[in-house]
Amino acid sequence: MTAASAPPVPAEPAPGRGPAGRGPARDVAGLGVGRALGFVAPALLLIGAFLIFPALWTIYIGITNYRLTGVEAVSPSVVGLANYTAALNDALFHNALWLTLLFVLGSAIIGQNVLGFTLAWVMRRTRPVVRRTVEAVVLLAWILPGTVVAYLWVAFYDRDGGTLNALLGTPGTAWLIDYPMACLVVFNTWRGTAFSMMLYSSALQAVPPSQLESARMVGASGWQTLRDVVFPHIRGHVLTNTLLISLWTANDFSPFLLTKGGPNHESETVPVYIYNVALQGGELGYSSAISFLLLIANLLVSLVYLRLLRRRS
Amino acid sequence: MTGAYVVRRIGFYVLICAITLFFAVPMLWIASAPFDSSPGLGVHWPDWTLENFRKTLDHPYAMHSMVNSLLICVTTAVAVTAFAALASYALSRVRIPGRDALLYGLLLLSSVVTGTAAMVPIFVMMFQLGLIDSRFGVALVMTGGLLPAAIFILKDFVDAVPKSYEESARVFGASTGQILRDVVLPVARPGLATIMVWAFVNSWGNFLVPFLLIRSIDKQPGAVLMQTLTDEGGSVNLQVLPVFSLLFSIPVVVLYLLVNSRYGFRFHGGIKS
Repeated sequence: MTAASAPPVPAEPAPGRGPAGRGPARDVAGLGVGRALGFVAPALLLIGAFLIFPALWTIYIGITNYRLTGVEAVSPSVVGLANYTAALNDALFHNALWLTLLFVLGSAIIGQNVLGFTLAWVMRRTRPVVRRTVEAVVLLAWILPGTVVAYLWVAFYDRDGGTLNALLGTPGTAWLIDYPMACLVVFNTWRGTAFSMMLYSSALQAVPPSQLESARMVGASGWQTLRDVVFPHIRGHVLTNTLLISLWTANDFSPFLLTKGGPNHESETVPVYIYNVALQGGELGYSSAISFLLLIANLLVSLVYLRLLRRRS
Repeated sequence: MTGAYVVRRIGFYVLICAITLFFAVPMLWIASAPFDSSPGLGVHWPDWTLENFRKTLDHPYAMHSMVNSLLICVTTAVAVTAFAALASYALSRVRIPGRDALLYGLLLLSSVVTGTAAMVPIFVMMFQLGLIDSRFGVALVMTGGLLPAAIFILKDFVDAVPKSYEESARVFGASTGQILRDVVLPVARPGLATIMVWAFVNSWGNFLVPFLLIRSIDKQPGAVLMQTLTDEGGSVNLQVLPVFSLLFSIPVVVLYLLVNSRYGFRFHGGIKS
């Protein structure tokens, strides 16, 4: 339920097993199918109640005019696809979609990817002391609680005493108000880069040193080596990483903590929009329709990701 | 060596320094402001004092919210670990019909259904169950959300536990209960510890679920209280917020270091996000 409930990336899928793990099962403890089902039941019950049921209910609420207050709070009626046609013509929803795209593209697909790869690539050949220091700093950004990181950046961007203004010599600039999306992109890049760095570090270990050596012997430039030797080996990792971090970024609620979506909807990504429409505007039906669209988008990205995992193992 | 080489080395270290500074500088606030007698949102060399800590300890809700976080997250972590352990053992060792489809479905579910995409039905459901403003309710929702990924990670651990241990225990006449308690549980302990820490850290950092479900300030966990501290009376409580951020981060960092040194959970996917 957290944006953090990251799907596990089996670091190295065991040979001959798909992601679904068709390992040989020998019931040596003698549970039997009946008792085994009893072991699985409590977990399935909780998952059913707090994930599957809400997901299905989103679909239903999305076709009603359910509201937080008023008559429709007591007796909502089914309005068919009206919420979806409304979304088609909703300028604020289009705005949220566009901003989410910008957020994902800027901070995940470009920011975290490029910075994470650069760090992994550069750190390969540094002295262990330097490498461990840099990695520790980057990792700290990742392990600190999300809310703490958000306020750390609110302080950093602050108009009156913020570090950024002191560093740039631009006193009085209200970064979060003047450039809200740029602020969010930098913030999310900072926070999430550790994941890409670690993933690419392990991916780069799979590149045969002999190939790098021969690239150096024939006098290939660093860029040529990357493009023709390294990249073909890690293409799968790049795609996996990009899909995962895009998924997390698109569902991230922390823009709310930095800007609440403002000023004037300028940083209102889809998750923040859903919250504002539902809990501020009271339009539960309409926000559920948008939630369902987000679920569908998540599903499509996840299916591609699982297909990739399966092919790799 | 040649000049070009020297220039390249210098450029290389400049790049490393720039990137490190990018990551380090925003963190300086949390390292300096808590100890500063006139804490602001900017970073400067502090005028050392521990007064802010006293203010934070005296704050009517600050330490109390830490207890709320602890209650919620320990409940979540224990429940996730217990239920995921049972499920993953059964799924690993017994050929339940439809098992592979179930695991695939779980993995899909854990990435598709997120708090943001399901916030309305969760809010409405908890409202109708009378679980609004209940810390237990928050723990329940978080447990349900973390379970699919937990089962998945744990099953990997259990798959790696050699079945020969269980077999020899069986040969010596151990009962099912004895095998589970005396053989499987001890061997799976690193996996269980990792999952417990993972669940704890994830629920500790979760903002959205308690923000949606908790109304009264005395039941808010730390993640939500920070939001309250910044909105209180329209201005940020600058004596409490930095100290609180620091204290609130300590459990997560300590747990991470502990598990990392003990079991080296180098990377099992999104240990933390």
